[in-house]
Amino acid sequence: MKGRTWKLGDAISTDHIIPGRYFYLRSNLPELAKHILEYERPDFVEKVSSGDFIVAGHNFGLGSSREHAALVIKLNGIQAVLAKGFARIFYRNCFNNGLPAIICDTDRIEEGDELELFLGDGKIMNHTKGETLTFLPLPAVMKRILDDGGLVEHVKKYKDLKLTE
Amino acid sequence: MGMTLAEKILSAHAGKEVRVGEIAVIKVDLAYTQDGTGPLAARKIQEMGFKEVCNPKRTLFFFDHASPSPRMELSNDHAFLREFAQKTGIQVSEVGQGISHQVAAEKYVRPGEVVVGADSHTCTGGAIGAFATGVGSTDAAVAIALGKVWFRVPETIRVLVEGKLPVGIYGKDIVLHLIGKIGAEGATYKALELGGDTIDNLQMAGRMTIANMAVEAGAKVGLFPSDEVTRNWLSRMGRAGDFKKMAPDGDAVYEKTVRIKAKDLKPVIACPHQVDNTKTIDEIGEVKVDQVFLGTSCNGRLEDLHAAAQILKGKTVHSKTRMIVTPGSRLVYTEALKDGTIETFINSGALVTPPGCGACVGLHEGVLGDGEVCLATQPRNFQGRMGSPKSFIYLGSPAVAAATAIEGKIADPRKYL
Repeated sequence: MKGRTWKLGDAISTDHIIPGRYFYLRSNLPELAKHILEYERPDFVEKVSSGDFIVAGHNFGLGSSREHAALVIKLNGIQAVLAKGFARIFYRNCFNNGLPAIICDTDRIEEGDELELFLGDGKIMNHTKGETLTFLPLPAVMKRILDDGGLVEHVKKYKDLKLTE
Repeated sequence: MGMTLAEKILSAHAGKEVRVGEIAVIKVDLAYTQDGTGPLAARKIQEMGFKEVCNPKRTLFFFDHASPSPRMELSNDHAFLREFAQKTGIQVSEVGQGISHQVAAEKYVRPGEVVVGADSHTCTGGAIGAFATGVGSTDAAVAIALGKVWFRVPETIRVLVEGKLPVGIYGKDIVLHLIGKIGAEGATYKALELGGDTIDNLQMAGRMTIANMAVEAGAKVGLFPSDEVTRNWLSRMGRAGDFKKMAPDGDAVYEKTVRIKAKDLKPVIACPHQVDNTKTIDEIGEVKVDQVFLGTSCNGRLEDLHAAAQILKGKTVHSKTRMIVTPGSRLVYTEALKDGTIETFINSGALVTPPGCGACVGLHEGVLGDGEVCLATQPRNFQGRMGSPKSFIYLGSPAVAAATAIEGKIADPRKYL
C-alpha cells in the first residue's frame, strides 16, 4: 500500500510524539491520539491519511517508555515509521503493537514523497523520486511478533513467549 | 572467555549461557509499573486472558506520577489499578510512598536480579547490581503475567572513572559529562558497565543517579558491581540478607572503554532541549531561572537533599525564583524531617511537596508556563516536558540547584563549599 511521507528531524522524543501534559487522556486513546505531534506538526492530525509514513532521523522515540507514543502513531493510521535509528523501548513498543519500525537511511526521502514498503524484501520504493531504498532484514524475533499481529496476539496464541524457537 | 555483568545476569536467568547478540527468554525477578503505564499494562493482561499473574508478591503497581491525583481522569485510573491489584494480589505502593525506582531500590531490588519496569528510568536498579531496564506496558504485562521477557544480550561499553572527585562534583556531573561525551544515542541497545576507583568510592546515591540516566545515552542498563558500599546500603535498608556479590570477569569482552578522569570534572549543565547538549558551569553564561526543582528518581535521595541543604542553610531563595523540593520516597522524607534538612529548605523559602515524581512529569506541582526557565535535578529536559513547549529546562546537580536558587541564575556551587 502506497502512502505519503511526514518528514521529521532527529531526536523526536516520546514527549514530542505525545506530551506528558495529556497524561490524563491515556485511558481515552481516541482523544489522546488527537494530540499527536501537536507542537512539532500542528497540521498532522487534520491532514494525516491512513497508510501514511512517518520518516525521521536519528534516535526516534527517545525518552519516556510510554507505549502511548507508538499507539497514537498506529491509531492515526501510520503504516510504518522509518528512521536512521530508534530508541530501544520505543522500538519494542512499535512491534508489540504491530507497527513496523524500519531502520534505514532516510536522507533521500522528503516530506510528501509517496512511498511503498515491501517489508519481506527489505525494500522501500519512493514513487515520487523513482528510487528504491533497501534496508537490512528485520531481526527474526521482530518479524515473528509482527507476523503474529503484535505481542498480545502472540501470547494469546501460545499462552507463552515462543519467540526464540 | 570471561563475561560482562550483563552476560552473567542474563545467563543466570536464561537457564543457559548466553552471549552478546543472542536473543533469549529471561526469567523476571521483579516487575512493576507506574500510574501512567500501569492502566495500559493491566488492560493488556486482561486482553491476553490472564486472570492470575505469575508472581504477585514480586509485582508492584506504583502510584507516583500523579500523586496525589490532580485530575478526575487520573483518579479513575488509580481506582482501576487498585481494583486490579486487589483481584490479582499485585502489591500497591500508594500515593505518597514515593517514586517507583527509589522505593524499589529501598525495599525490593537485589544484586544479580532481573527487573523490568514500565518506566524508562527503571535502569536506576543497575546501581545495586541488578539487570534493571525500562519497557513499555505490553512487555511489562507479559513479564507480570508470565514471569518472563525476551532480551537481546547487549554489547557492553565499559565506563572507567578514575581519581578523586573534586569538592562540589557529584554522580550527576559524572553522568552528564558521560552523556555529553558519547551522545544521547551513544549507548543505544547497549549496556553501560561502570568501574574504576572513583566508582568504587562513590556512595549508593551517586551510583543511582548515574544508573538512572543510562537510558539518556540510549542504554538498556547502567550496571554497577555490588560491593561493600552496596552491602552497607542494603543493611541500612534492613536488607543485609539480600546482598550478593556481583562483578564482571577480569577477561570480559567489552565493545569499547570510555575513560573519565575525575579530577578534570566541573559542574555540568544539560541545556535545552537535549540531555546531551551539555556545557560546564564556566561555559553557561548568565541564565536567569524562574523555578528550581530538586527531586526525582535521579536526585531525590537523602544525600541529594543534604548536598543542597548544606549550601542553602542560613540563606534565602532569590526573590525572583521559586524552589520546589520533592523527596524521592517516604523514607527519604522522614529521614530529612528528622535531621532538620526539610526545615532548612522551608526556612530558606523553598516549598516542599509530598514524595513522588513531582514537577518532572509536567502534570502538577510546578508546571512551567510560556517562556519560563527551570533548573532541575531530573534526568531529562525535552521540550515541553514540564509544561509549556515554550519553556526551557536545564539539568544540574542538587548543589547546582541550591546555588541557582540563591542567585536566581544558574550558579556554580563550589564557591559555597
